[in-house]
Amino acid sequence: MDSIHRKIAQHRRIDWCFVTLTRFFAFLVLISLIGITITLILQAFPAIKTYGLRFFLTADWDVHNDRYGALAAIFGTVVTSLIAIVIAVPVSFGIAIFLTELCPARLRHPISIAVELLAGIPSIVYGMWGLFIFAPLFAEYVLRPLNLSVIGFGYLSAGIILAIMIIPFIASVMRDVCETVPKMLRESAYGLGCTRWEVLRKVVFPYAASGIVGGIILGLGRALGETMAVTFVIGNSWAINWDLSRPGQSITSALANEFNEADGLQMASLMYLAVILMIISLTVLSLSKVLLIRSRKFK
Amino acid sequence: MKIALSTVFLSSAIALASSAQAFTITGAGATFPQPVYAKWAAAYKTATGNEVNYQGIGSGGGIKQIKANTVDFGASDKALAREALQKAGLIQFPTVIGGVVPVVNIKGIGAGELTLSGTVLAGIYLGRITRWNDPQIVALNPGANLPDAPIATIYRADGSGTSYNFTYYLSQVSDGWKNGPGASKSPKWPTAGASGIGGKGNSGVAAFVTRTSNAIGYVEYAYAKENHLAYTRMINKAGNAVTPSLASFQAAGNADWNAAPGFNLTIANASDDPKAWPIAASTFILVHTHPKDPTRVKHALDFFDWAYRNGDDAAQELAYVPFSKANKALFKASWKQVLDKNGTAVFEVK
Repeated sequence: MDSIHRKIAQHRRIDWCFVTLTRFFAFLVLISLIGITITLILQAFPAIKTYGLRFFLTADWDVHNDRYGALAAIFGTVVTSLIAIVIAVPVSFGIAIFLTELCPARLRHPISIAVELLAGIPSIVYGMWGLFIFAPLFAEYVLRPLNLSVIGFGYLSAGIILAIMIIPFIASVMRDVCETVPKMLRESAYGLGCTRWEVLRKVVFPYAASGIVGGIILGLGRALGETMAVTFVIGNSWAINWDLSRPGQSITSALANEFNEADGLQMASLMYLAVILMIISLTVLSLSKVLLIRSRKFK
Repeated sequence: MKIALSTVFLSSAIALASSAQAFTITGAGATFPQPVYAKWAAAYKTATGNEVNYQGIGSGGGIKQIKANTVDFGASDKALAREALQKAGLIQFPTVIGGVVPVVNIKGIGAGELTLSGTVLAGIYLGRITRWNDPQIVALNPGANLPDAPIATIYRADGSGTSYNFTYYLSQVSDGWKNGPGASKSPKWPTAGASGIGGKGNSGVAAFVTRTSNAIGYVEYAYAKENHLAYTRMINKAGNAVTPSLASFQAAGNADWNAAPGFNLTIANASDDPKAWPIAASTFILVHTHPKDPTRVKHALDFFDWAYRNGDDAAQELAYVPFSKANKALFKASWKQVLDKNGTAVFEVK
């Protein structure tokens, strides 16, 4: 009898250790997040104090005269990500719909795997490919005939590379949420004589809508924070340009290029840029999480 | 057996003794001389058993690290002003000369086939000369087949000593540049947003130049040579068109170092020598005059003394130009300012 009690007590102790350990690991993530945020803000403080919110509104980034403004970089980040979304969303839609509704079972598996492999390519590889292969060809065969800037490096190239990078993410989320549509609903609609298009529009989309939007925003979040691929093709040029074939700068490319030689106010301003990027990314990611969770609740 | 054992013992004793004397010193800074410092360090280790760790973190980083006393010596491509040196308690001395060369990517034009002048180069980077068949470029290159195409200007996206030497040269030869962007490690490039692209490091600039038709950029000569980039010829101060080469850099290094207090001299466009390459650059070492640990700085100076005496061939193999004997003696004489706690010079200049 006694030995059983002892055994139970011992098991409880082991259990307690186990719970504490796992809890510690879980909190470690939270602590890192808070720690990173605090140190970023502390490091950025000289720039925050000097420029305040004016930092968002001035486009002048002049290292030589120690004057900094974030607008050009924010513009580049937002514009390239929007280009990426505009291209990636219809393509991902097509992939998701084809895979869930139209694809013969024989092809479904290989295509799904190909899409997921695309997601596994490291971003530096996309960057190198963009720099060495894509941008020169893009300049020669697309921009030149269109009479645009023939440099090939700029917002448009960066946006297209980003689109290729985020398509697998958006497509696989979309496919997953489309698959959550109950078979019964779908088949009932077909039974009523609906065409495929009608089933998609009237049954699948309304059911999966918030999940689809969540997937798109997830892709957007990835595009906003992407660094290497963008740095390779955006042109790293401090300017705001509505001619999107021209070179520009994004928050990430500015950080990647200027960090190791920066000090003083320039370093603080780069940290400020990092804070801005973190806020944008966290907002976008939380939004996508909320939407994705809501879509799951529908089940 | 006994003999073998005692030999083992003896040799390990010798190894111990020599390892007690061997030292490791650390330095950090400019990326431009990193290959030659690495080569010197390897040869120095073979010759003396002592180690030198050099990290190419950029000139700005090198200055920061030596000021913070985290390294035994710093390295910078940009000379510090005398006041800045005195304020931080540092001295600087140059080690080797290199050259910054414009490189182009124009169909049908190879290395050394295009000639540019300082004013034209400044005009291109100011965005005033925008096409390759501009009359000013054609005038320098009669007979060359220059395309009617817009020029893409590639520059360094990171702060860089190479950019400093390049823009210092441009401000020497062009009032438009002097009163505009000026000489800077990271100037505000006038062509940004139009035809300007920033690349990180020499490699980034080289990659953009080779992948952008009708582009121009500037890199260290060693880099252009290694990667077979099409460098241009330049009109120098004496009015001659010169090709970048060890000889033309050497001619540029024959500047009057004695007249430069604290060796604060940027040698771009400084030499009147008819063979001198106009955008030559020297690279500097920084050490404290009253170091916290005088023996370590003495070891660092020992290393550079050794390199001055034995490193010329290695430097030339890597396309850097060593200084003349007279200049080296001049630089070494400045080392007597490095003092230990008792106020005696740590390095005895012979």
